[in-house]
Amino acid sequence: MSVAEKYIGAKTPSKPETIYMLRLADNTLILGQRLSEMCGHAPEMELDIALTNISLDLIGQAKLLFEHILTLEDLAPNADVLAMTRPLEQYTNCLFVAQPNVDFAHIMLKQYLFSTMQKLQYEALLESRDETLAAIAEKSLKEIAYHIRFAKTWLLRLGDGTEESRTRMADALDCLWRFTGEMFVRDAGLADAVNAGLSTDFTQHYDGWTLEVESVFTEAGGLTPPETARMIMGGHQGQHDDNLGHILADMQFMQRSYPGLKW
Amino acid sequence: MSNNNWHLYEVFIRSKNGLAHKHAGSVHAQDAETAILSARDLYTRRGEASSLWIIKSSDIIASDPGEAGELYDPSDDKIYRHSTFYTVPDGVKNM
Repeated sequence: MSVAEKYIGAKTPSKPETIYMLRLADNTLILGQRLSEMCGHAPEMELDIALTNISLDLIGQAKLLFEHILTLEDLAPNADVLAMTRPLEQYTNCLFVAQPNVDFAHIMLKQYLFSTMQKLQYEALLESRDETLAAIAEKSLKEIAYHIRFAKTWLLRLGDGTEESRTRMADALDCLWRFTGEMFVRDAGLADAVNAGLSTDFTQHYDGWTLEVESVFTEAGGLTPPETARMIMGGHQGQHDDNLGHILADMQFMQRSYPGLKW
Repeated sequence: MSNNNWHLYEVFIRSKNGLAHKHAGSVHAQDAETAILSARDLYTRRGEASSLWIIKSSDIIASDPGEAGELYDPSDDKIYRHSTFYTVPDGVKNM
């Protein structure tokens, strides 16, 4: 055990199963945390509760995954330590989920693009060799279906709304599109999980996903994704931008100040 | 923000053990779809519902509170409209 590992109390996963599940858990944890920043700040009270509901769904999914990971590999004394105390480079979420909220258009577009990807990602777990993981996926898919419906509703209304709402949605698409490729990259982490029978390869649906979201963009006031020379990646390997650092500073403050603190 | 596009909708919930839809409260929304979503998010968080109805508040036809006297007071003293007004005859076994 390195000095750093002893200090933070969470080890790095070494099995294909736990490596891949940690990625799934980090994705929903970080997006859930990002969304929770909107608590008390949404444009209307109804939307405030809607956004925090979705945030809680995502953090709940992460909790189930973290707890299941710990039954497979002894990485930390409990899920809180695993979720809250790792250094930045040990988080393996994609860069996409850590992108800033900016405005309501960004938030809804980010949710729509993530949830439509997550649907495919979790459907690929339904036949998993790991029955607990398949059950977590099945439970989560009901929540995901609602997240898609909610976010798509707003994507259409803002894209096809006023001049300002359309401009904001077009800006959001310009900002976020370059991070979508990483969500569908078939890297070693996913390939190992597929070989281990944990998941099927959901990235085979990338073209179908692209067609689907582009048809929704067309319906949403004729939005088009920007020309992208290359997709920006690195999160799965722990190479993050500043955004995750800011999220972790907020998220980890209590557990780092008072290790083992419980509500 | 501008509230010109926000309408008030009334929310009715049927609970999981059936029976009729009951008025639960109201939500602000742009249209029917967002009203259903908001109603779901606000009023069914703790497993309350198996079905939702929403209706634009402006579409509800309500009685005039100023006419409450003529509409409802006359029924206050018609005690013979309650079953408890009647005594059960001795010979009746089941009611």
